[in-house]
Amino acid sequence: MKTLVSRREILKGGLVVGAGLTVGFSLPIRAVGQTPGVFAPNQWLRIDRDGVVTITNSVPEMGQGSLTTTPMIIADELDAKLDSVKVEQAPANPALYKNPVTGTQSYGGSRGVRDHIEMWRKAAASAREMLKQAAANEWGVPVESVDTEEGAVVHRPTGRRLQYGQLVDKAQALPVPQNPTLKTPDKFRYIGKVVKRRDTPDKVTGRSIYGVDVQVPGMLVGSIERCPVFGGKVQTFDATAAKKIKGVKDVVQVSNGVAVVADNFWTALQGRRALKVTWDEGPIAQVSSATITREYEAASKQPGQVAKNEGDAEKVLAAGGKVHEAVYQVPFLEHACMEPMNATAQVSREACVIWAPTQNPGGTQATAARLTGLPAEKVIVNTTMLGGGFGRRGEIDFIVDAVETSKAVGAPVKVMWTREDDITHGFYRPATYNVFRAALDANGMPSAWFTRIVGPGILIQKGRAQAGTIDPAAVEAVRNMPYDIPNLRIEWNNKDLGIPLGFWRSVGPSQNGFIIESFIDELAHAAGKDPFEYRRALLGKSPRHKAILELVANRANWGSPVPAGRGRGIAVVFSYGSYAATVAEVSVAPAGAVKVHRLVCGIDAGLAVNPDAVKAQMEGGAVYALTAAFYGQITIDRGRVQQSNFHDYQMLRINEMPVVDVHILDSGEAPGGLGEPGVPTVAPAVCNAIFAATGRRVRKLPIDRSELKRA
Amino acid sequence: MSRGNDSSQEVAMISFTVNGKQRQVDVPPEMPLLWVLRESLNLTGTKYGCGIAVCGACTVHVDGAPVRSCITPASAVAGRRVTTIEGLSERADHPVQKAWMEVDVPQCGYCQSGQIMSAAALLARKPSPTDADIDDGMSGNICRCGTYQRIRAAIHRAAAIRKGGA
Repeated sequence: MKTLVSRREILKGGLVVGAGLTVGFSLPIRAVGQTPGVFAPNQWLRIDRDGVVTITNSVPEMGQGSLTTTPMIIADELDAKLDSVKVEQAPANPALYKNPVTGTQSYGGSRGVRDHIEMWRKAAASAREMLKQAAANEWGVPVESVDTEEGAVVHRPTGRRLQYGQLVDKAQALPVPQNPTLKTPDKFRYIGKVVKRRDTPDKVTGRSIYGVDVQVPGMLVGSIERCPVFGGKVQTFDATAAKKIKGVKDVVQVSNGVAVVADNFWTALQGRRALKVTWDEGPIAQVSSATITREYEAASKQPGQVAKNEGDAEKVLAAGGKVHEAVYQVPFLEHACMEPMNATAQVSREACVIWAPTQNPGGTQATAARLTGLPAEKVIVNTTMLGGGFGRRGEIDFIVDAVETSKAVGAPVKVMWTREDDITHGFYRPATYNVFRAALDANGMPSAWFTRIVGPGILIQKGRAQAGTIDPAAVEAVRNMPYDIPNLRIEWNNKDLGIPLGFWRSVGPSQNGFIIESFIDELAHAAGKDPFEYRRALLGKSPRHKAILELVANRANWGSPVPAGRGRGIAVVFSYGSYAATVAEVSVAPAGAVKVHRLVCGIDAGLAVNPDAVKAQMEGGAVYALTAAFYGQITIDRGRVQQSNFHDYQMLRINEMPVVDVHILDSGEAPGGLGEPGVPTVAPAVCNAIFAATGRRVRKLPIDRSELKRA
Repeated sequence: MSRGNDSSQEVAMISFTVNGKQRQVDVPPEMPLLWVLRESLNLTGTKYGCGIAVCGACTVHVDGAPVRSCITPASAVAGRRVTTIEGLSERADHPVQKAWMEVDVPQCGYCQSGQIMSAAALLARKPSPTDADIDDGMSGNICRCGTYQRIRAAIHRAAAIRKGGA
């Protein structure tokens, strides 16, 4: 089998590459590798004659640390000095930079490390092998006798040494190994070590450039008046008064509403206030939260599609005996990225240049190409720093705003959203209504379990799953729940009333983790058993769930006495390739106020590339989940979102922040995700702790403190 | 001085000190300081988050006190001394910035200019803040990434740095 392929062959496009990792070795069109004095064996790294290593990071930096983690992985396998490598953000070019697993240049699903690490390591290892070969050739010694150390090839028997920069021209001429040998973990220099974030210095001095900070010569600033009702359209508008305002340059109709374009944002907002728009509100104007709940309730009594059926749960449940029932409800939620949506576009006949805080550079490029009629390669996408992502910035609505507005006014335009635009025109985590029934055997263990989820499907609404099928996101973490129960039936009833749906940090498991881990807790209490031991007994077929559950129980001193008025709760959920568990310790005041004192969180993400970044993601995931548990609720009135800003869509603040104690279980398994898995266990752990403290079961989020009031 | 052509958009010349430099801007007097800083003076480190003074992303110092620039009219800072994140220190060596880097506080970082300005003002008032002082001084600042635990640790660290502890 041919294992070496010359770069020329790849450049000619004559190489048929197999699926998966070989994508890391195709060369850029007009490869940088052809530049004299630059060694660029693939699109992920290049080295110049001065020894400067430049790494291309394809994963947008949204706070998760990709600007640090990506170079850690590549520099480690390349044996480059991490402190001195440069990092560039990849342009949109899916042929080169797509995620090898999803096949798109769109980033979500906690995929930054786990989908790329093997490809990046191979890309760097092949470069290192070429550098070694170049040095071995130079010295006339066998390649097996040379080694690398931070940025140099060494021949230890003779003490000879060549810096990578000195080997650039010779390495460039060598074939690219397709199956290089990877380092063994004991040789890791950076992977697994705590490394400081590269982006921190700019983020503490205000120098970091987010989408809202982009400035282009001749740029105007736009703000769009949108129909308050989802799906509504402009009927007519009168811009006379708006255009009279000094600094307002133009008013144009775009897909998402009426754009006022001005010298600056403040003036654009004044123009928006002066606009008169008549809307065709469309059918969603008939939809309110009360009608949604009624429709969900009705649907919950109808059979759903069967997502899983093992044994005969219905028969066991119908046989009588001890049956436990509950209904759980969760609301719509908005992402509320701190940086409101925005994008800047410069559309001309020849090209379209975009600057955007996007999780989806590939989708941005494709969308702009469609809107402008330009070929994709004429659409240049610059991904800026993202002021939060959480799934919201994988959408392309804010890209459409900028491209259409720039095209209409013939100038570069930055379209910025207000916070009110952001809260009222999001893509929401689905609200659901969930029916549970379980039968307990003589020992109190579940002999049958039934769950019927009622709610919409994100993937189906977006056309990414077929209507009439079971939306995988809707049943995730329920269909694959870890407990070993002989008779199990999971149903899903698709009920979509048209509220726009999106992927909200941890998606299906964000709510399904809550309902499953709450209901299993109910069963434990109904059986008179310890909730930790009860779960443990049911996790015989799920050893990694069990291990992480045991870890947090141990670290939280589960079973030890708690101070009077406090309770402990526990939960375990698998999501995005990782196993997470949490123990919460809470107290509830007689008036109902809940204080979360401490969260002990455990994570088994296989391999923790940067342990401090892992902890940060777990800490952040916990806060995201606590905000949802205590405050998060989007309600609809006649097709309009009733919340508008942080006064009525509240966020957890520092005065409510518990101690979050994160424990990493290094299982040695393949890397799992980290951005999302910290979220799903927190709400159920907290609500289970509330039950332990008060005997009150929270079955509806957000937690209603008035229901916890004890006279 | 007024030369606007619309009653709602009268422009005034406003003079104030920004990061130690005397600046003059011609803006509507009711225009929030936030947009004057970001769009007239190109100081984009100060961020827009809510526009109604509930998130703290826009926090700057006016005569040393923390102020939400998103609801502060430009006219209110005439003749006063404004400090933004860009002017907090010359070499990123304010104790709060040093502590923030040591603890690696930021994630997405968007709220951090405001967090840092609030923390610097807190420490100026309370050189040895207790956890309760931190709650009081920092509860006006939202961080959606959830860096609060590190913010608290970094403020305690900054207090130590400020006292000359290394």
